[in-house]
Amino acid sequence: MHSSLWLTVLVWLPLLGAAAALLARRRPGAPFAVAVVTASVELAVSLIVAVLYNDHLAGAHTFDFVGRWVLAAPFGLAYDVGIDGISLLLVVLTALVVLLALLGAREKRSEAAFVSWLLMLTTFTMGSFVARDLLEFFIFFELTLVPSYFLVAHWGGAQRSRAALKFFVYTFAGSAFLFTGLLYLGFLHQHQVGGSLTFADAALASTSMSHATAVWLFVAFAIAFGVKSPIWPLHTWSPLAYAEAPTAGSMELSALLAKLGSYGLLRFAVGLLPLALSTVRPYMLTLAVISIIYGSALAAATPDLKRLVAYSSLAQMGFVTLGIMTGSTIATTGAVLLMFNHGVITAGLFLLIGYIERRRGSATIANLRGMQGSAPVLAGLFTVVMMASIGLPGLSGFISEFLVLVGAFSTHAWWAVAATLGVVLAAVYLLWAYQRIFHGLARDVDQVPDVTHRERWVIAPIVAIVVVLGVFPKPVLDRVTPTAHQFVESVTPAGVTK
Amino acid sequence: MSLTIPSIHYLAILPVLILFAGAIVLLGVTALVRGALRTSVATGITLLAAAGAFAAGFFQWANLDRYGPSTTIAHAIVLDGFSVVASAVIAVSLALATLVAHDWFRREGVRGAEYHILALATAAGAVLMTQANDLIVIFLGLETLSIGLYVLVAFDRHRGASAEASLKYFVLGGFASALFIYGAALVYGATGSTNLSTVSYFLGANVVLRPGLLYAGGALLLVGFAFKVAAVPFHQWSPDVYEGAPTPVTGYMAAVVKVGAFAALIRVLISALGTQITTWRPILWALVVLTTIIGASLAIVQRNAKRMLAYSSINHAGFILLGVWAASARGSAASLFYLATYAPVVVATFAVVTLVGGPGDERHSVDSYRGLARRQPWLGAALGILLLSQLGAPLTTGFYAKFAVLAAAVDGGGGPLALLALLGAAIAAFFYLRWTIVLYAESPEGAVSIPVPRATALAIGAGVAVTLVFGVWPGPLATLAQHATVLFTS
Repeated sequence: MHSSLWLTVLVWLPLLGAAAALLARRRPGAPFAVAVVTASVELAVSLIVAVLYNDHLAGAHTFDFVGRWVLAAPFGLAYDVGIDGISLLLVVLTALVVLLALLGAREKRSEAAFVSWLLMLTTFTMGSFVARDLLEFFIFFELTLVPSYFLVAHWGGAQRSRAALKFFVYTFAGSAFLFTGLLYLGFLHQHQVGGSLTFADAALASTSMSHATAVWLFVAFAIAFGVKSPIWPLHTWSPLAYAEAPTAGSMELSALLAKLGSYGLLRFAVGLLPLALSTVRPYMLTLAVISIIYGSALAAATPDLKRLVAYSSLAQMGFVTLGIMTGSTIATTGAVLLMFNHGVITAGLFLLIGYIERRRGSATIANLRGMQGSAPVLAGLFTVVMMASIGLPGLSGFISEFLVLVGAFSTHAWWAVAATLGVVLAAVYLLWAYQRIFHGLARDVDQVPDVTHRERWVIAPIVAIVVVLGVFPKPVLDRVTPTAHQFVESVTPAGVTK
Repeated sequence: MSLTIPSIHYLAILPVLILFAGAIVLLGVTALVRGALRTSVATGITLLAAAGAFAAGFFQWANLDRYGPSTTIAHAIVLDGFSVVASAVIAVSLALATLVAHDWFRREGVRGAEYHILALATAAGAVLMTQANDLIVIFLGLETLSIGLYVLVAFDRHRGASAEASLKYFVLGGFASALFIYGAALVYGATGSTNLSTVSYFLGANVVLRPGLLYAGGALLLVGFAFKVAAVPFHQWSPDVYEGAPTPVTGYMAAVVKVGAFAALIRVLISALGTQITTWRPILWALVVLTTIIGASLAIVQRNAKRMLAYSSINHAGFILLGVWAASARGSAASLFYLATYAPVVVATFAVVTLVGGPGDERHSVDSYRGLARRQPWLGAALGILLLSQLGAPLTTGFYAKFAVLAAAVDGGGGPLALLALLGAAIAAFFYLRWTIVLYAESPEGAVSIPVPRATALAIGAGVAVTLVFGVWPGPLATLAQHATVLFTS
């Protein structure tokens, strides 16, 4: 057992950094420096936590680094933190992506405000991932909306106001379902057990309910998480938001906030309402497969690079949903790993698109051509990250997609077969886009400078992770598998073998 | 025939007495000084009276702790935790609104103490409503509150809109009062009493075979209240009145009328007509849905900040009604908590609107806020926080207020209702956010910065502080609201 202080530092340090950055706003460059230092310390702490994390001790309902304080008893409000193998990866991902977003996608306009929002977003995202209390999770989950809204609305592209508003209202409306559902679950538990209102995961998981209640609650939860994730047909806010957001915003939205949706689906919808699974599983699997194929098809058709990544995210998150809903240990492990890998890979793709945009002022595929000649390193980096996204063996994307598909195939073969089509389509749309951007006859405008040293260093960790996890995923799998196993055990009714 | 004077427990009516005393002292002083009374004197006396009424609450609370809730003056007035907290909220709203009005007087060059006298009297009326245990006393409080407000709304004599708003408010408000008193008469006819406890006792002990009279009475009472709190479909007056009234008055009435009317509504429905819950609950259900969703939807098309806030306040009324619908101790506590957190926020919001309105109180288009947060980061951030609080973002009191009423509703079996209300909140998010976008947009050429006088700054600061402090740490306020309803007498 380790102290919960580690997690408390992880959650609140960025908020202090945000305050410090605001205080230092008069000095040019100071807010940025403060933010980078904060994010570096955050990443260091998260790595220490990852090393310290004790996987022998942790499991579905036995967490490490735990601590619980009740803040307001009438509301059942508590500050309750702890991580297991599932949240561990996402905690590291959060710390990593924010540092890369700061370094690789710096915005000079009202910089103090920009880095403060980014750091606040880190606090709220981190808080969601370490929360072991449904209400606490919900509060952090809702709070992530505010900074991301301002990031898109102020530093975004031409249609930023519309994109930010659509994003906010969609997610907020989705949250209405989650909120009602969690209140219902909380009271159901209170009426059964007596005592004061509580939303602690472990307590709620022991609530007994009818099958129909479980299904209704699951649907309510799935709507909220499906908007965030996104899952077809609740995805319509995402292409606009991803495309209009500034590069750092797109990175946060796709790499981290999307994971809040799938993480919530796994931890709270599946984890707290296993009774509903037998009914909702086929529908959720079907939606996942539709997300995969529909996302891939639109990614091939879209004229804009950022939208392409948005649609490809829809497809990738479809794989995650597939893994989560399949309900076998292998698929769940794969889904958790894929959340991490997709986070790293899309962060990389958006960074590289940011580099391209910086050079050409546009992310419209039709405007780009033949950049390979003048920027071979950029093309090379793009190739590596893209191949990881396609799922080339030897790179990180392959392992996770493979685990999801293997797990799904053993129990739900037809869905897995249909989903495999998505893997092929990913190769189609990404390679085709690559050809159009980097190949072909370069015009004068296509003579762009290659990546600078700084840009190289920013993308380097992503390339390193993609390669290392592709070849040697064992340390990560060792941490995820026991939790995934126990988690699946805890949500599978007795007598069913998985 | 001899007249029996009922015994009077003076502590119970102390806040009302203090507020009325303030009004009378001010009246006396204005008559004695030569020329118009200085505004700062009037403001000082009003603040003193508000502070006194607030402080009286502590003595009342101590008394409650020792002896428990009680009724006095022939059971027409009740002293319980609910009334104490509601009165304190009214006193705070009065104090904050007076600070805002103070600077408004300076800016508009208005002198004299008429505003302060009327504000004190209306606050006394509202406090009386929170303590009333008799339909006639509720009516008394309601009329004291309303008649003062009709004049306050017309206070800006140089603006036609102000007089027009007042007339509209007067005609519709008078109509609502008439409905209310007619309802009270019918309830008296059906049960033989206007006292809420007696009505409740009568309905509990007897089976009403022909309930037509009772239902008609109850319905008229409900319509009267719905008018006062601007619940859809009885809301049409409110955007016009909010827009036309001098902005400090709008803030004041948005807070005080809601507290008074909802406190009385909760007493009537829960303590007097608690036995008829199966009859009035479906009606409230429909009112909640209409009020939250239509209030929010109509706000979207508004381009005027005051009208937008009028619809936003309708949306809030729907949420407070949700707590009433729950018809439980938790529900009334939640409604009280909502009112206690909403009142300072709405007064502070209108304080910012007063400042931006500028001399003549004219600049209320949303476009006048363009770039405000870039020119004046503190003022802009304050408005941003107040709007986020009204939206219900976590870390502000708005979130816990919504949480409390929704929790009460879900606990009372109203899951679908809570969901519909929340979707209404999602619609409302749309216009709050659009406003914040404007706040942070590029500043237009030639925009001048708005002077922020000290008293108004204090009121805005207080509103922001309340929403942030209790937003991070809602425990004490929630516990208070919970205890306040435990002591509820029926």
